[in-house]
Amino acid sequence: MAIAPQESAVKTGRVTRFVLYTVLIVFALFYLLPLFIMVINSLKPLGEITGGNMMALPQVWTWEPWAKAWSSAQVGVEPTGLKPYFWNSIKMVVPAVVISTMAGALNGYVLTKWRFRGDTIIFGLMLFSCFIPFQIVLIPMARILGLLGLSGSTTGLVLVHVVYGIGFSTLYFRNYYAAFPSELVRAAQIDGAGFFQIFWRILLPSSGPIIVVCVIWQFTNIWNDFLFGASFASGDGAPMTVALNNLVQSSTGVKEYNVHFAGAIMAALPTLVVYIVAGRYFVRGLMAGSVKG
Amino acid sequence: MTFRAKLIFSTAVLALAAGTARADDDSVEVLHWWTAGGEAAALNVLKEDLEAQGIGWQDMPVAGGGGAEAMTVLRARVTSGDAPTAVQMLGFDILDWANQGALANLNDLAEQEAWDEVIPAAIQEFAKVDGKWVAAPVNVHSTNWVWANKSVLDAHGIAVPANWEELTAAVEALSAAGVTPIAHGGQPWQDATVFEAVLLSTGGSDFYKAAMIDLDPEALGSETMGEVFKRMDFIRAHVDENFSGRDWNLATAMVINGEAGFQMMGDWAKGEFLRAGQVPGQDFLCFRFPGTADKVTFNADQFAMFDQGGTVSPQQAALAQAVLSPKFQSAFNVVKGSVPARTDVSDADFDDCAKQGMKDVAAAAASGDLMGSLAHGYGAPASVKNAIFDVVTAHFNGEFDSESAVDELVDAVAIAQ
Amino acid sequence: MAQPQTAPDARTRLQTLIPKLVLSPSVAAMVVFVYGFILFTVYVSFTDSRILPFVDAKGARSYDLIGLSNYAKLFKLSHWEIAITNLAVFATLYILICCAIGLLLAIFLDQKIRGEGLLRPIYLYPMALSFIVTGTAWKWFLDPGIGLENTMHLWGWTSFSFDWIKNRDYALYCLVIAAVWQSSGFVMAMFLAGLRGIDNEILKAAQMDGASNWQLYRRIIIPQLRPAFLSAFVILSHLAIKSYDLVIALTGGGPGRATELPATFMYSYTFSRNQMGIGAASAVIMLMTVAAIIVPYLYAELREKR
Repeated sequence: MAIAPQESAVKTGRVTRFVLYTVLIVFALFYLLPLFIMVINSLKPLGEITGGNMMALPQVWTWEPWAKAWSSAQVGVEPTGLKPYFWNSIKMVVPAVVISTMAGALNGYVLTKWRFRGDTIIFGLMLFSCFIPFQIVLIPMARILGLLGLSGSTTGLVLVHVVYGIGFSTLYFRNYYAAFPSELVRAAQIDGAGFFQIFWRILLPSSGPIIVVCVIWQFTNIWNDFLFGASFASGDGAPMTVALNNLVQSSTGVKEYNVHFAGAIMAALPTLVVYIVAGRYFVRGLMAGSVKG
Repeated sequence: MTFRAKLIFSTAVLALAAGTARADDDSVEVLHWWTAGGEAAALNVLKEDLEAQGIGWQDMPVAGGGGAEAMTVLRARVTSGDAPTAVQMLGFDILDWANQGALANLNDLAEQEAWDEVIPAAIQEFAKVDGKWVAAPVNVHSTNWVWANKSVLDAHGIAVPANWEELTAAVEALSAAGVTPIAHGGQPWQDATVFEAVLLSTGGSDFYKAAMIDLDPEALGSETMGEVFKRMDFIRAHVDENFSGRDWNLATAMVINGEAGFQMMGDWAKGEFLRAGQVPGQDFLCFRFPGTADKVTFNADQFAMFDQGGTVSPQQAALAQAVLSPKFQSAFNVVKGSVPARTDVSDADFDDCAKQGMKDVAAAAASGDLMGSLAHGYGAPASVKNAIFDVVTAHFNGEFDSESAVDELVDAVAIAQ
Repeated sequence: MAQPQTAPDARTRLQTLIPKLVLSPSVAAMVVFVYGFILFTVYVSFTDSRILPFVDAKGARSYDLIGLSNYAKLFKLSHWEIAITNLAVFATLYILICCAIGLLLAIFLDQKIRGEGLLRPIYLYPMALSFIVTGTAWKWFLDPGIGLENTMHLWGWTSFSFDWIKNRDYALYCLVIAAVWQSSGFVMAMFLAGLRGIDNEILKAAQMDGASNWQLYRRIIIPQLRPAFLSAFVILSHLAIKSYDLVIALTGGGPGRATELPATFMYSYTFSRNQMGIGAASAVIMLMTVAAIIVPYLYAELREKR
C-alpha cells in the first residue's frame, strides 16, 4: 500500500472493532450491488431476464452476451459490436488527458511560483469554468469547430475536452505546488536555472501523486462523456459511450438486456482498471494536494 | 441596440450560423436512431442497395429519447456547417428545418417517381413543404393498437372488445380474476400514446383533429376532454403499482408472460412478441383500440434530405429513390413492425397484424381518418407536444383530478404556442 | 513568489515574460470557450430563439430581442419551480449524506483495518462509472416489481416495502441514494487523506490529558479536516448542479415531473421543446446560482492564501 496508516493514537476495543468491520463490510456490499446486478445479468440468456428472474443468479451461465456485445451486436447499420469504438475512445482520451494534465501542471507552476498581479483572479476565473453546464456550450462550440475545420474529427473532440479539463487540472496542481517549498525554486533561480529547467528538474520529479489524481480525474470524466462525443465526432469515429448508448437506448427495437449489461461493463472497464491500479496512489495524491484546497 | 446595429449583428451571426453543408464525394452520411437489433439490420438493406450503385454509406447513429438525442446532435452538425446528407426525422421537426431553408428540394425525383400518387396525403403534409418534397417517408406506424395475450383472454372468457364499454368490462373481469388488466410503462410518451387513443375513441376523428392538431381551445376545454381524462383515470386504476418509469418492452413482456391482459402501444410492440416465438392470432392478438377501428393515428419515420449547397447530388437522389423503392419499403417494414409508407407495396411478405395494418392505413387514408399522432410528433409542434405531455403525465400520476387537468391542458397549450 | 529584484537585463525580462506566455493559451481558451459562451447564452436568453439560436418561432432566420420576457415566462412555469425546489432538496441531502458517510468510512478505515487495500477500491469505484453504464441496474434495483422489494418478498419478508421510485413524494430520494452511492467513496478518500495528514503527536498529547476517543475526534481531528470539507463541498455541489445523466437514467424526470432538475429542464427546453430562449434563460439562472455559491468560497479561500 502506498500510504500506510500511521501508528494511530486512537485505541479500539474488541466490540468496537466488530462494529467497525460490520459497518465497513455492509457499505462494501452496498457499493458492489449495482455491479453485481450488471455482472449476473450479463451472464444469463435473455429468456431468464424477461421471464422475471432479474435479481437471481443465472440458471444457465453463458458468455454469449459478452461476445455479442464486443464483436457482433448491432450498433448502427453494421453489426460491429463495441470493438471499433473502444479504440476511438482510446485515441481521444490519451491525448486529451496528457495535454490537459501538462497544461494544468504548467498553469499551477506559474500561479504558485511565478506570481504576478491578478494571478488569483485568473485562477478564480479558471476554477469557475469547472461549473459551466456543458449543454450550453454545445451550439457555440459546434460553430467554432466548424470554423476551425475540426468538426467531426478526433482532434476537435480532443480540443473540447482539453479546454474544459484545464480548470480542474489547474486546481489540482496549483494546490499541490502551493505546498511545495518556494525556497528550492528561489535557490535554483539564483543558480541561474530558467523557467522550464526549474519545472522540469525540481517540480515535476516530485509531482507523482498529484499527476495520478489528475490523470484519474480527467481520464474518468473524458472517457465517460457522452454529449460532446455524440455531437462532435463523426459516426465511425464515435467514442465508446456513444456506441454503448446506441446499443442500449434503441427506442422501438427489441431490448437484449444481457447484451446491454455486458456492453456497459466493457465500456466501464478502462476506468475501473485505472481506479483500481492507480487508486492505491489516489489517497496519497489527494493528501498532498487537493484537500489542502 | 439600434435597429442598424441589430441588423449588422444578426447578419454577422447568421453568416456564421448559416454554413453550407460539406458534400462528401461519393458517399451519403445518414443520421438516424435505428441502432439496435432488427431495425438496424433492416437499414443495412438500404446501405447494400446504395453500395451496389457505388455509393458509400457513412453511418451516424445516435440513439436516445426517441430521436431527441439525434436532434440535438443535428443542431450541432448544422451549426458547424457540416449537415448530414439525410436525417431520420419525425413530423414537425421536418417542417421546422424546412422553414429554415435547410432542406433540399426533391421535386424532380418525386415527379419522376410519382410520389404524389403513392404516398397518403396526410403524410405528404409532412414530407412536402410549400409544394416541395423535402423528405422521403420510410414507413407508417400506427399508434392506436392494443396487444393482448390470447390465452389470458380465453381463460377468462373475454372476447376482443369492440368499444369502450366492452373494454371496461374486460378490464374489470381481469382485475376481479387477479390478473393485471393493463400493462403500461409510465413514461410521458407512453402515457400520451394511451391518451391519444382514448381521446380518439371518445371523441372521434373530428374531435381528435380539433384538439390535437388544430389545438382549438374550445375542444381542449370541452366536456368531451373531461370524459377523456376520466377514462384515463379508469386506465390508471387498472395498471399495476409499478408502472412508473417502466420501459415499454418490459410492459410488453408482461403481456407475453401472461402477467397482464392488454398493452396499448404502437405496432413496434409486435417485434417483442415475434421474438418470443409467439404467433399472431394464436398466442397474441392485435386489434385497434376499442372505438377506433376504422381510424389510424400514425407516426411515420422519414429521411429528411439536407441541402448540400443548392443542388440535389446524384448520391442524395439515389438514397431518396432507394428509400421509396417498393423492395426496401417491404423488406424494412417486415422487420420493423410498421407498414410501408407507399400504399402500393405487396403485402405478401407481411404477417397478419401487418396485413390488417396495411388495409387500415389505406382505408383511413381514403376516408380522411388517417391522422398524425400527437405523442410521436405528428400532431403539434415540439413545444406544444411536450406541454400536453406534462399535463397528461401529471394527471396520470395523480397531480391533477380530471376537471383541473382540462383547465391545465388549455393553459399549457396556450403558453407553449 | 516575487521575482528577484536584480537589474533588468534582457534575459530577466524574458524570464518574467515566459510564465505569462505559458499561461496565456489557457487564459485565452477560458475567455473564448467559457466566458465568451456565457455571454453568448445571456444574449440568446434575451431573444425569441426557438430551434437554433437566432431562429424564431416560424423557423425563419431572424429574431427579435424580447428583453426579459423569457425570464418572466420561466418563472411562471410550474415546471421550473419544481426543478429548482428539487435541486435545493437534492443538493442539500446529497452533500450532507455524502459528507457524513464519507467521514464515517474514512474514520473507520483509519483504524488499521485489515483489508483496507481491498475495501478502498470498492468504495471508490462507483466514481469511475457514469450513469449511462449503471442506470439500468439502478432502475431495476429500485423497482419494487423486480428489485429489492421483490427479492425481499421472495426471501420471505413479505411486509417489506420499498417503492420510493414509483412514488411522487419519494422518488427524489432515490436519486439521492444513487448519487450518494456514486460519490460518497470519493469523499471518503478525501477525508482519509485529511486524516492521514494530521500530526499524530497532537493526538497523543491530547490522549495523555485523558481525552476519550469521541472527544479526540470531535475536538481535534474533525476541526482539522476543514480544508477537506471545503474541497468536498465544491466538488459535490458542482456534481449536484450538473446532475443530468442520473435523472435521465433512473427516472426520466418522473413519476410525472417529480424528479425534474434544472439541468434536465434546461436540456429539454433548449433541445427537445425548441424553446431555446427559455432554455438559455434557465442556464443563466443556473450559472448565477453557481456563482452565488462558489464566488464567496473562492474569495475566502484565495484571500487567505495571499
